[in-house]
Amino acid sequence: MQRAWSFKLTPTRYILIALVALMIIVAIVRFIFGLGMVTNLNDHWPWGLWIGFDLLCGIALAGGGFSTALIVHVLHRGKYLPIARAALLTSMLGYVIALVALLFDIGRWINFWRPFFYWGYHSVLFEVFWCIALYTTVQILEFGDIFLERVKSFPLKKVLGYAMTPLLIVGIILPTLHQSSLGQLYVVAVDKLHPLWWSMIIGFFFVWSAFFLGPAMVTLEGTLAARAYKRTPELPIFQSLTKVTLWMMIVYLIVKIIDLVYRGVFSLAFNGSFESNMFLIEMIVFVIIPIIMYAIPAIRTKLWGVVTASVLVIVGVIFNRMNVVFTGMATQMGGHYFPSPWEWLVTLGMWSVLILAYLFIVENFPILIKEEHAKEVAVTHGASVGKSVPSGA
Amino acid sequence: MPKGVLVDVTRCFGCRSCQVACKQWNDIPATPTTFNNSWDNPPELNAYNWTRVEYHLIEKDNQIKWRFVKRQCMHCEEPACESACFTHSFVKTKEGPVIYKPTELKQDFCVGCRYCMIACPFNIPKFEWDKALPFLRKCRFCNDRLHEGLEPACVAACPSGALKFGEKEELLAEARQRIDANPAYIKHIYGEKEYGGTSWLYLSDVPFEEIGFKTGVSEKPIPLYSWEVLRWTPYIFVGWGAILTALYFYTKRRAEVHAEEDMYTAVETMEEEKK
Ligand code: SF4
Ligand code: SF4
Ligand code: SF4
Repeated sequence: MQRAWSFKLTPTRYILIALVALMIIVAIVRFIFGLGMVTNLNDHWPWGLWIGFDLLCGIALAGGGFSTALIVHVLHRGKYLPIARAALLTSMLGYVIALVALLFDIGRWINFWRPFFYWGYHSVLFEVFWCIALYTTVQILEFGDIFLERVKSFPLKKVLGYAMTPLLIVGIILPTLHQSSLGQLYVVAVDKLHPLWWSMIIGFFFVWSAFFLGPAMVTLEGTLAARAYKRTPELPIFQSLTKVTLWMMIVYLIVKIIDLVYRGVFSLAFNGSFESNMFLIEMIVFVIIPIIMYAIPAIRTKLWGVVTASVLVIVGVIFNRMNVVFTGMATQMGGHYFPSPWEWLVTLGMWSVLILAYLFIVENFPILIKEEHAKEVAVTHGASVGKSVPSGA
Repeated sequence: MPKGVLVDVTRCFGCRSCQVACKQWNDIPATPTTFNNSWDNPPELNAYNWTRVEYHLIEKDNQIKWRFVKRQCMHCEEPACESACFTHSFVKTKEGPVIYKPTELKQDFCVGCRYCMIACPFNIPKFEWDKALPFLRKCRFCNDRLHEGLEPACVAACPSGALKFGEKEELLAEARQRIDANPAYIKHIYGEKEYGGTSWLYLSDVPFEEIGFKTGVSEKPIPLYSWEVLRWTPYIFVGWGAILTALYFYTKRRAEVHAEEDMYTAVETMEEEKK
């Protein structure tokens, strides 16, 4: 039986809606009066919070979508099915946010459609732009399949059904390409970006970290959703995902060290400069410690253990992107930049939209696994699951 | 033939005529200046100041000396700004200038993403932060004057002979000659090899790093760097696609089928509704 559309307005949701409203006001001011009016961006710091955080981090965090798609739909590891849809949803919303952030940030926004018709293929940004635009479309189509389960339209669903396999595969190639090209954007900044981060293979580091971030993101998001909806967190799934993260992070660390040694800049990490300290924090707190936590069964099998380690991984990837955009560029760019209150407001507003959209969609579409199914899937795959709490319906 | 300008730092006495001439010819509005801890004025290049004489106090032969350096866009032979721009709004012309098409040719495809500002190794393109629909602005090598056979406004205004306009090849030859004739010069022409060479060239009698130049930089043009990573894209696309497809069909045979349709469900709001 079909439930009616519903979206209950709780106090938290009122606050989120208020934030969105504020964002819209700031956005209008920005579009009419220009970027100088609302942002602290300047000629030293052409890219700030919106590009550094909303775009680069938003897209990286959305990496959960493509790693899950790869594991579940290409490698057909059925035991991860319970989290597949939620991962797709967050990822799709992350991309929409990134595109909106981009529209806010570009100066000549009336020209935003030009790159579709003007092919500047010699630019890394060209690849980023096309991949993000196409991948967002692919994700919306993939989601369309779920949408049509609720809003019945059989002919459409059939067409989409046929297209699903190619869509899934393209939906992994595209993010692989652009996660790496997001990093490659900084290849041109040779002599500008600090050598601890600048590398010809910075693209590899970006795509690799976006991928191992995926399971961590799924873990955090799953735990939060479980709390919000009084469900059992899918702990066995989180645990077995830690293996993916663990091995990928070890590879990441090794390649990073080889790359630094190969370019002869390894010693820069220990010269006590601001950059070197930030780099060491990034590598020790956010790479080595999570590796250790994931490696120790006593930590990884506890909910608090996986969640803490996952949070470290997530913060670590954000920290890495921030180091590339800000720390690593600071010496060469000079000047000062700290986001203005308005920039913060827009960022808050955008993430509020994301949360609201997530809530609306999981409450109205079949996204989260039915609790009895969670058990079944887990049992058939030999994993145990905790006591299932009946949903409060 | 490509043109260039040779800037001889030893001859500049810091009169700032070039700054004024640039503003006049290009019709750039005056901007309020600010106090700063150097003698430079304006303190920085921006959308309304495309060239600027930097004042450097340096120590030479146990004496404190002034050196004045006119800076502007270097008009690279293979510009980072051009290769970075995905709308191809910056373009190197065969005469030498690197121009910005939206203002120069009225071909407005620029989206204002400012990637060119990240890419330029000399931090040259500047943004009109105060405009609703801003352009990128920078020295245009007086593209219009060059087409009329005139020298750039700043060169025409220079009373000291510090700036010399001409065929780039001839300027390079002259620069070498000056270096050979006078041992006071540093044996380096800045802009001959830096990032694959630039149309504006500098001579100095004090080390370039003491007067604000980035030295020891790459001699490989920046566009080559991004091309080296970009050219793999098609192979990755096809190769990765093939691997994924193979994996998909290989693992599908072994996997059991799940009735996805009724595995998932919508959930209920838990928090209390506001009354
Ligand atoms: S100096 Fe900068 S702006 Fe000028 S041509 Fe070179 S890369 Fe472009
Ligand atoms: S701001 Fe304009 S000129 Fe600069 S890279 Fe972007 S589209 Fe090109
Ligand atoms: S060449 Fe023309 S635009 Fe460039 S600094 Fe000289 S006067 Fe200004």
